[in-house]
Amino acid sequence: MDMNTMTIAKAHTALKAKEISATELVQSCIDRIENVDGVLNAVIHKSFDSALEQAKNIDQGGEFNSPLTGIPYLTKDNYNEKGVPTTACSNVLRDKVYIPPFSSTTNERLSAAGAISIGKSNTDEFTMGGSTETSCYGVTKNPWDTTRVAGGSSGGSAAGVAADECLFALGTDTGGSIRQPAAFCNCTGLRPTYGRTSRYGVMSMASSLDTIGPLCKSVEDLAIVMETISGHDPMDGTTSKNDVPQYSKALTGDIKGMKIGLPKEYFIDGMDAEVEQSVRDAVKVLEEQGAIVKEISLPHTKYATPCYYVLCPCEVSSNMARYDGIRFGHTVNGAKDLVDYYHQVRTDGFGDEVKRRIMIGTYALSAGYFDAYYRQAQKVRTLIKKDFDDAFANVDIIISPVTPGPAFTIGAYEGDPVAMYLEDIFLDSQVMAGIPALSVPCGCTKDNLPLGLQMMGPQWGEEAILRAGDAYEKATEWSGRKASL
Amino acid sequence: MAQLSDNEVRHIAKLARINLREEQVSKFGKELTSILAYIDQLQEVDTKGVEPTEQVTGLHNAFREDEVKDGGATREELLACSPLPIVENQIQTPSAHGS
Repeated sequence: MDMNTMTIAKAHTALKAKEISATELVQSCIDRIENVDGVLNAVIHKSFDSALEQAKNIDQGGEFNSPLTGIPYLTKDNYNEKGVPTTACSNVLRDKVYIPPFSSTTNERLSAAGAISIGKSNTDEFTMGGSTETSCYGVTKNPWDTTRVAGGSSGGSAAGVAADECLFALGTDTGGSIRQPAAFCNCTGLRPTYGRTSRYGVMSMASSLDTIGPLCKSVEDLAIVMETISGHDPMDGTTSKNDVPQYSKALTGDIKGMKIGLPKEYFIDGMDAEVEQSVRDAVKVLEEQGAIVKEISLPHTKYATPCYYVLCPCEVSSNMARYDGIRFGHTVNGAKDLVDYYHQVRTDGFGDEVKRRIMIGTYALSAGYFDAYYRQAQKVRTLIKKDFDDAFANVDIIISPVTPGPAFTIGAYEGDPVAMYLEDIFLDSQVMAGIPALSVPCGCTKDNLPLGLQMMGPQWGEEAILRAGDAYEKATEWSGRKASL
Repeated sequence: MAQLSDNEVRHIAKLARINLREEQVSKFGKELTSILAYIDQLQEVDTKGVEPTEQVTGLHNAFREDEVKDGGATREELLACSPLPIVENQIQTPSAHGS
């Protein structure tokens, strides 16, 4: 078995038993990147030299106390890593490449555990998109069909994990950006409860919605990474002081009597028949394991995506203001004054999707429109959250498809931003409610394209969805499938 | 929701500090109009008496000590990130009042 195809759990056992070394493990991922990334375009910055050096030090120390010691991973390009070029895949930070003098809390926590960042993964520009097509480095190809997108915005992370370029990857999920690419590429991905993981040092897109989470090769690996990256951070005032559970311990394999809700609003007219069938089949698997599945209603589901596309652009229009060409980033010569300088830097530096969101947010927040858009969306957010509060009074977890269909072809939505936004329809309600949700492989289409099952838990309810996801994964063959590249 | 006029698009772009070429005014006008038409469906939801949700953490006033911290980065490292000239530990920007 090639080392780079291992799960974290398996690699840790092999490292501890000295069957493999951290150096060999890192090198196997480097070799894989060199072999396949010319086609995939998942990795946009390589930190191979520093990764090999860290691996050497770990091997010399010979201690593998954390399950993540010596484990190579990819970092999404919107995470700051000290001394490593970091651009959020935007020309505004690429032209005079931004090299941050500090690291995100998540990278720090992983480093402290001995995990090794081997490179930066591709993303839509500042994570705005669902396909990596808005990246200034170009689209990431889907390992299962290179004419299709890997999804987004964490498309580089998902493709990197699925193609075994790393053992796991970091992503961010504001409106589905971990779960959707995980589903498109056949890996697992977790959007944690908002406030469970620290956002410090990760470039903000929509601060009240952004979350930090992993993409992995198994549900067990999600649990392992979450144990290390979760918890209160004084540098992020929205992180919770609630104790971090030992997520691995929650994976008992026993879901007998677990009450699972199937929301009728997620099974819409005209939905992809293969997607619907994959979820219906998953229901059977879960029932065979003793879970009790019942239909529920989340009445405001259809408003989640319009709600998202008000609140997100409003926050974007504010967060993007920092890219003004002064403290970092792109610059221009010959501006006639400071305001002209701002205009020129932003006009050159930002791509069209970023400009669209800034303009929608600017419009929605401007005088006379605030109540109609922003305030109304915040009220609808309350109703969406209440749907979940009511549902979780009666069920332990909720399941649904991740996406309306499999990975779409590159360029499919060019010139039609709303059609692209509709790819998010199953992924925005959880964001509004701030609840955790994971994506686990649950099937494939007749064209051999992966499909994902979404499992949602109540706030701070990661353990329940990890337990159910792990039990489901072990009862099926979907997670272990690999694309031939 | 009617089509945004060219002047409205120019006004929004100006507020957003973005320059648009003439052909971009109609392109963005069409796209922004389609997005606004889509988000307009929120108007049909009855939100009478519903409180807005700003955030979902349940946290209030996360205070910390008022201590100066360097965040692990030095002044020189931070200034080195700027693309503009550094004069006496300050970033020299184009004039706020024009030349």
